[in-house]
Amino acid sequence: MNNLIALAFAAFITENIILTQFLGICPFLGVSTKRKNALGMGFAVLFVMLISSSVTYLLYTFVLKTLSIEYMKTIVFILVIASLVQMVETFIKKVSPALYKALGIYLPLITTNCAVLGVALLNITKENNFVETVVYTTFIGLGFIFVMYIFSMLREKIDKAPVPKAFQGIPIALIVASILAVIFSRFGGII
Amino acid sequence: MNKLQNFTKGFIKENPLFVTVLGMCPSLAVTTSLEKALGMGMGVFFVLVLSNFIVSLVMSNPKIAELVRPVRIPVYIVIIATLVTIVEMLMHAFLYDLYKSLGVFIPLIVVNCIILGRAEAFASENKPLDSVLDGMGMALGFTGAIVLISLFREILGAGTITIWGNLVLNLNFIFNFLHIKPIDLFVQPAGAFLSFGLILATLTAIGNSFKPKSIVKGATANE
Repeated sequence: MNNLIALAFAAFITENIILTQFLGICPFLGVSTKRKNALGMGFAVLFVMLISSSVTYLLYTFVLKTLSIEYMKTIVFILVIASLVQMVETFIKKVSPALYKALGIYLPLITTNCAVLGVALLNITKENNFVETVVYTTFIGLGFIFVMYIFSMLREKIDKAPVPKAFQGIPIALIVASILAVIFSRFGGII
Repeated sequence: MNKLQNFTKGFIKENPLFVTVLGMCPSLAVTTSLEKALGMGMGVFFVLVLSNFIVSLVMSNPKIAELVRPVRIPVYIVIIATLVTIVEMLMHAFLYDLYKSLGVFIPLIVVNCIILGRAEAFASENKPLDSVLDGMGMALGFTGAIVLISLFREILGAGTITIWGNLVLNLNFIFNFLHIKPIDLFVQPAGAFLSFGLILATLTAIGNSFKPKSIVKGATANE
């Protein structure tokens, strides 16, 4: 149990997917201009990440390993993620139109989001078992939402601030992100 | 557009990293040393040139192109993923240390937006030779950009330049001369964001200073 708590904490803060592992930077910079969008993207990523990591874990252990074709994992994983995103989109559209309205536009963007493929691969390289995979992925996803939300609030403030011309847009966003990353890396002392 | 322009536009005018800001994830993660940046650049070069070549071969045949068009994105992804797997296996076999230090970022070349972006925007509409030239130019532009960032980070952060393996240039005498230590921050994650932001801002400032005054003023008026 302690192990799982440590794993969850690490996934949430010290190994934060955006600020220390640099995965999912594109949505981090692209969709974080408004709070609402950041939350929508965050939850869509959490949802897809959780399903795809569980599916890819099972596929890897029971299919690729038994056939000893582990080297196929990149191709298999990206295909699984791409088709899952498609399926999830169709499913949500049918079952819950309200949720589809909230997440719909973010779903197609997730296929090329490196965070989803990255976490699926990280779970394999870390040799997590199934329970660890689920816990790790959930907290990575929550960490993603957390950072997206904080960052979108900061960006709403930046918009109103007088920024030098050359720094407008992405440069100032990156510099703010670096300050945020310093704060997150210092949390490492807690465990 | 002539052949030479196809090749050189990726260097500065349409630099994938600094102008279109694609492929951010690897450029932040693998720039802690020059060696890693060069390794990543090599991987991207191989995948981008070949994927552009194969995609344009597939799409230049009108019959096949018609079949493929509705499902072209999955097709591109499979082509790219196959090439990435080849790179991964080659690096594992011949450059094991580099393979270890790049880690998860080698398979992640698959989702590098530059490669899919070039396949969709250029290779699917141009001849194979042009596409190869475009891929080479873009890959070199990308490599140049991450090399620039990695030099900035490694010199300031560790005081060294790791060219390849044990071939390391030690520049710590500069820091000793100034009686300061290298700034750790730059090789840490936070430093990646900071370096990229500063370099991007500097380049924007340089770019703005080259533009004729009237255009700059016009842009401000529109904002």
